[in-house]
Amino acid sequence: MENIQACFRLNLPSFRLDVDLDVPARGVTAFFGPSGSGKTTLLRCTAGLERAPEGRLTVAGEVWQDAHHWIPTHKRPLGYVFQEASLFPHITVLGNLRYGRRRISDAARVSVDQAIELLGIGHLLERRPERLSGGERQRVAIARALAVNPRLLLMDEPLAALDLKRKQEILPYLERLHAELEIPVFYVSHSPDEVGRLADHLVVMEAGRVLASGPLAETLARLDLPIRLGEDAGAILDATVGTVDKPWHLMRLDFSGGSLWARDSGLPIGHRVRVRVLARDVSLADQLGHSSIQNVLDGRVDAISEDEHPGLALVRLQVGEAMFLARLTKRAASSLGLKVGKKLWVQVKSVALLQ
Amino acid sequence: MDILLSDSDVRSLWLTARLAGTVTIILLLVGTPIAWWLARTRARWKGAIGAVVALPLVLPPSVLGFYLLLAMGPSGPVGKVTQVLGLGLLPFTFWGLVVASAFYSLPFMVQPLQTAFEAIGERPLEVAATLRASPLDAFFTVAVPLALPGFLTASILTFTHTVGEFGVVLMIGGNLPGVTRVASVQIYDHVQALEYAEAHRLAAVMLIFSFLVLLALYAWRPNLKKAS
Repeated sequence: MENIQACFRLNLPSFRLDVDLDVPARGVTAFFGPSGSGKTTLLRCTAGLERAPEGRLTVAGEVWQDAHHWIPTHKRPLGYVFQEASLFPHITVLGNLRYGRRRISDAARVSVDQAIELLGIGHLLERRPERLSGGERQRVAIARALAVNPRLLLMDEPLAALDLKRKQEILPYLERLHAELEIPVFYVSHSPDEVGRLADHLVVMEAGRVLASGPLAETLARLDLPIRLGEDAGAILDATVGTVDKPWHLMRLDFSGGSLWARDSGLPIGHRVRVRVLARDVSLADQLGHSSIQNVLDGRVDAISEDEHPGLALVRLQVGEAMFLARLTKRAASSLGLKVGKKLWVQVKSVALLQ
Repeated sequence: MDILLSDSDVRSLWLTARLAGTVTIILLLVGTPIAWWLARTRARWKGAIGAVVALPLVLPPSVLGFYLLLAMGPSGPVGKVTQVLGLGLLPFTFWGLVVASAFYSLPFMVQPLQTAFEAIGERPLEVAATLRASPLDAFFTVAVPLALPGFLTASILTFTHTVGEFGVVLMIGGNLPGVTRVASVQIYDHVQALEYAEAHRLAAVMLIFSFLVLLALYAWRPNLKKAS
């Protein structure tokens, strides 16, 4: 049973949560949605900080909650990172790291030393939390959650309270965590950027309900959801650096279905990267001419749908095994004679490197 | 004129310190759970309990002392219990004073503690729970250290308030040298006997003591805040 099954029904005066989820117990599952969509409440129910009267929760075969069982938070093998670091102010960084560690008995996959090394906080151990920057605090909070050897790591918008610079400081550590540890992570966020960079599995939420749940690339390419992502609608691709064109400062990113040229970011050949192609940066053509757009792919229309504005359409294109989204006006779609199955040239104006 | 305090003055001061110390320790044990409960409960009768705890703040000490005297007397409910237990009657004994003073000083322990616990909020305790600490464990390792300035304030206020007590002592304890004659009553006696010089000396000791304690309290507070 390598899955996490969560079913919660909670009625609060101002808010209703009604979810029934089955997600893999490995990798990062991102919970994405606007504020007030119930992401945090779902996470708190999972941790046992909130008690949904009608709820079931099974983590990798172990029942944490059902009609007859209720495991209190302090007996659940989880780690929790709150939006504000919430370090204990009366003890040092090391005291914070050891607080939970002292209270677990089982042999740990992650030692305190390993957590310190992983988050790069070795030089902060003797300090008091008040003498740390916001970014440092959050790194200590993440290390503290890892040090209790969680079988599920819950992160509630760990970067939301930080400015852009601090976010950039922490994201690489989160990616390392993802790459080096086998701990499943629930990651709550309303930032498409973070989701694109970190997630393997995506759960889209709105008004206390789950709109979609599935593997990241597949879910992002669903046409019924991008409407809610607005300007951020786009496709995510996993690619490797194929070659570097030194004179022009470009690198070629190969994915299953073709390749894209992007600005050279100094990555070595063979490095795995994740890129995002926004729907508004993709245009379509039925014949090739001279153009400033260098990335032209051979695609096929997979689906067409309404976009949020009546003048716009959202088109899903299959390029090899990968999916792209394109946003264009309905007039353009009509003059191109777009219909499902039509073969077209997919022109990609810009590619954003996510890691 | 003798600058030194008389033996009975010293005895009354020592008795006062013993009474205030005992009451403070008892109220730390009794008041802490009450303050914790008041700070965290959402129960409907929270308001009623809070009002009962605060009652001694507004009630004349003689009123409180009168009811306690009845309760602890030979036909009062408390008096019957203490007699059955072989403890005799509490009025006009040191322990009778302790019980009465504990009631009288209860809000001075509970209210600062309640404020301190409320200021901590839910979050640190939730964090402790996610770090495997049981509620009791979290109380002692997180809530108590974070509320330490509150504990200090509450203890000092309780101690000094008990030192300054007069009405309840007269009602419950009377005026027995070495048993219930505390400093405030001793001063009253001196004045009644027109021993103004003696009254002056003892009153000055009380005044200086109270001022120094409050000075320490107000001087420490900001530092304590910074340290937390």
